[in-house]
Amino acid sequence: MERTLTASSDSRAAGGPLPSVRLVGVTKRFGDVVAVDHVSIDIARGEFFTLLGPSGCGKTTTLRLIAGFEEPTEGTILVDGVDMEGVPAFRRPPNTVFQSYALFPHLSVEENVAFGLRRKGVDKKEIARRVGEELELVGLAGERKRKPRQLSGGQQQRVALARALVNRPAVLLLDEPLGALDLKLRKNLQVELKRIQREVGITFVYVTHDQEEALTMSDRIAVMNRGVVEQCDTPEAVYDRPRTTFVAGFIGVSNLMPGVVVSANGGPARVRLDSGVEATAQADGLRSGERCWAVVRPEKLTLLSADEPAPPDRPSVRGLVESSLYLGTATQFVVRLPDGVTMTVLVPNVDEEARRRLPGAGDDVRLSWATQHMHVVREEGSRVGEGAATSGDGQRAQAPGDSAGPAEPALTEEGK
Amino acid sequence: MASLLQRRKGFLPYLLLAPGMLWLGAFFLVPLYYMARISLETGSVFNGYTFSWHFATYSDALTTYWPQLSRSLEYAAATTGLSLLIGYPLAYTIAMRGGRWRNALLLLVILPFFVTYLVRTLAWETILDDSSVVVDTLKAIHVIPSDGRVLATTGSVIAGLTYNFLPFMILPVYASIERIDKRMLEAGYDLYGSRRDVFLRVTLPLSMPGVVAGVLLTFIPAAGDFVNATLLGSPRQFMIGNVIQSRYLEITDYPTAAALSFVLMGVILVLVSVWAKIAGTESLMGAEAR
Repeated sequence: MERTLTASSDSRAAGGPLPSVRLVGVTKRFGDVVAVDHVSIDIARGEFFTLLGPSGCGKTTTLRLIAGFEEPTEGTILVDGVDMEGVPAFRRPPNTVFQSYALFPHLSVEENVAFGLRRKGVDKKEIARRVGEELELVGLAGERKRKPRQLSGGQQQRVALARALVNRPAVLLLDEPLGALDLKLRKNLQVELKRIQREVGITFVYVTHDQEEALTMSDRIAVMNRGVVEQCDTPEAVYDRPRTTFVAGFIGVSNLMPGVVVSANGGPARVRLDSGVEATAQADGLRSGERCWAVVRPEKLTLLSADEPAPPDRPSVRGLVESSLYLGTATQFVVRLPDGVTMTVLVPNVDEEARRRLPGAGDDVRLSWATQHMHVVREEGSRVGEGAATSGDGQRAQAPGDSAGPAEPALTEEGK
Repeated sequence: MASLLQRRKGFLPYLLLAPGMLWLGAFFLVPLYYMARISLETGSVFNGYTFSWHFATYSDALTTYWPQLSRSLEYAAATTGLSLLIGYPLAYTIAMRGGRWRNALLLLVILPFFVTYLVRTLAWETILDDSSVVVDTLKAIHVIPSDGRVLATTGSVIAGLTYNFLPFMILPVYASIERIDKRMLEAGYDLYGSRRDVFLRVTLPLSMPGVVAGVLLTFIPAAGDFVNATLLGSPRQFMIGNVIQSRYLEITDYPTAAALSFVLMGVILVLVSVWAKIAGTESLMGAEAR
């Protein structure tokens, strides 16, 4: 997967070129409810930036604040360096692709796409040309005279995209634009959206609750929970080095082992897991003595039989296989550790012979991993458990200690 | 078996339609038939009527009562226009800004219905009477000349009609504005539409089904009304409804009354179908797209 490197990490924020969108301490309250809580993000020009989180996490509200449909209670929003405070939606440079599209039912495809240009008073010939070009780009040149209700869901989605893109906005805001489509169409449109974004070079701010969609499309992801940005990073970093248990749980299968930091000195830390094993792991900002969770992704775990010693440089822990599930490209095991924690392990199905030798339910096994694949995050008490429990949208955000999820979340790893 | 099920399926809709059809048949079609018959009869109450295909009744009635007929259409048009001018902004405000007061405000709109139409109109007669406080005040502040009248004028009849039929405009317009997906408006603003643009290009077209329905519900009863002209007007404001009423009940000239009823019905049918042609396609589409 190639990725434009306009966006590397948060460190790029200050001092660099003018960000396309900048949020500074943005808070939005609805009565007593804090929908968005002191969010500060810089989004670079041409970046594909995703706001990811469960429903009710504040991602859509954040988008609406940028669009100007809501005014922040506190904080500042800048688009291309211009403060948007008090600027009504129709004077703001970003355009929006709405969830379920909000196409004008009384206007044809062509008129829908021309709406913005007409309001701006662009010359008629120019409008016709640009609308034609845009419909060409999204592959709907043949449907220009049709009404939205005569189109399929996927076609309507493209009209919504064309209607926004034709204005060549500096920033395009997309609110779960693929949410209403079936899986196959969604995959196709993901690729197409990415292609269009590369072609037009517009900053995309994309809202989704689908972690896989976020991982495949984004340059950077801000994972949101309860109005707070828990982590803002590249997909690789968010997946491999989650900073909070929420992020670890929301992105992929969580696989969290509780433990205590024994020693930490900035770099790798020594951690004693509750299962009794002491291991070296990657940790940022943890102090010795702190309770923590150790994360290892399912595909980074190796499954050995119980009497087989692990290589000396690799920590390992014993466990009991609870179930094994054949997934086609891999076999998924759920293994219970001595302290009761369950871990999910993915073993790729390379050849038939090796697969037959794999353990079954009830077998004693040993899990091992490389030290660079274990990442330690701070324990956040009840917050983590609750956050996971309330995450909706069919997303499985696991609470630590929960039994590892069955096939569904593991399947999403296949795409990696 | 399958065919039996199919037949039962085919039968059910007719069963559901039957009560309404029977009702309309007994109380609409049959009287209509007799009315049509009567309109073509000649004679008098004293000598009895005989059916004689006397079409001249129609042409005579039309020439004699043309002023009242055209006045009815003018008044009905004015009433519909005024109701739209007053009702649309009201319905819009309730639907868009009503918030939690919406239902209370709607209740206020239909509250007058709790009092009979006739009584309400009679109340207006008292309010607008030459010696009423309202008229005295209007004279005192020189809104009307000291020898002027409010009652028994074109204005009072149209005002009465508008007052009485306004809810029939407000309710359908409200219903259609309320149904508009608010994201549609946000999309309009997002695409550089000012408030005015969004109203004219999005809200108004999408509320057309309500406007079309409101216009029909206001115009049709207003054109046939006689209560307002009787109570708030004078013979100079009499509408076709007054003529029909007096032909039937006072002069007992049944053929002319029946013929005029048919003329009024025909005119309304023609106007409604023209209106449906102009406004119908667009508004029906908006309704379907919901």
